[in-house]
Amino acid sequence: MVSNVNVVFGLDFPAISEVLIWPDILPGLNKIALISIVSVIATTALFVVAGRRDPLVAPRGARNVAEASIDFIEDGVVMQTMGPSGLGWTPFLLTMFFFIFLNNITGIIPTFQMPATARMAIPAFLALLVWVLYNGAGIKHQGLGGYLKSSLFPPGVPKALYILVTPIELISTFLVRPFSLAVRLFANMLAGHILLVTFAVLTQALFVGAWYAVFLPLPFIMLVFLTGFEVLVAFLQAYIFTILTAVYIGGAVHPEH
Amino acid sequence: MEAISTLAEISGADQIKFGANISAGFAYGLAAIGPGIGIGYLVGQAVQAMARQPESAGMVRTTMFLGIAFTEALALIGFVVFILLKFA
Repeated sequence: MVSNVNVVFGLDFPAISEVLIWPDILPGLNKIALISIVSVIATTALFVVAGRRDPLVAPRGARNVAEASIDFIEDGVVMQTMGPSGLGWTPFLLTMFFFIFLNNITGIIPTFQMPATARMAIPAFLALLVWVLYNGAGIKHQGLGGYLKSSLFPPGVPKALYILVTPIELISTFLVRPFSLAVRLFANMLAGHILLVTFAVLTQALFVGAWYAVFLPLPFIMLVFLTGFEVLVAFLQAYIFTILTAVYIGGAVHPEH
Repeated sequence: MEAISTLAEISGADQIKFGANISAGFAYGLAAIGPGIGIGYLVGQAVQAMARQPESAGMVRTTMFLGIAFTEALALIGFVVFILLKFA
């Protein structure tokens, strides 16, 4: 009874290793690596194609998508968080947004059916990259001492409270930020993937010739609804990751005085 | 009563697994209460702010998503704890 932990109400639920771990296609290259390579190529191809069009003609097709996304990142992310001086970060934020979004959206594309960000490696690497970048940008703009002073001793706090504030700021700025960035993306996509698997398994289990097949529409409708919801989550998580990166970089470059 | 007598019969390693499986459900359920209240309140206030000042809707929306991201992180850490307890 205790050993069969994966049997939920007599339903044969797949083990987590079956849902998340894929066999190697080539040595050292599994589905996750393939998805991230595909998303890199797709992003590059989109902007190469968009950049080669005649700039004087009205945009359409790939260039329309590229221009709309650049507008979105500039107006919706950079201008809201860093102001005009942060516009130099647009290419980085844009490529990161596309990479995360394409890695997320594969969770609902048939034949892929697996968000590459639902494995910890990609979110952890991206969070480390962001950590290095915002600390590097802060040190470059304010110097090491100035950056540490502005991030650990925020101005406007009574002197005695620094005993409390400084350790909290130290932990939150240098440890919790990259951790929560990585875990947020990873856990959101993993949760979405497991939800889709759950309702797909339920639908399949009810696809039988018995009387309880009358309940079949319920998990199926839920599955369709959740697939749409996952599109929203994939976009929102890419957006949140990008905007948090922009906030961290903006805060490191221009501290509050 | 039956569950308790079953629990007494099984060995140490199985007992740990048993406990982990039961607490896994509670880990996520309890972790979702606070963020649930928090996100509801946060979005409600943001909608109110947007309704009162539609011209600042863009700024409110950005800040709202930031707040959601921070609040939601707590629930997601609970979800990771659930995964660790259940499968690790």
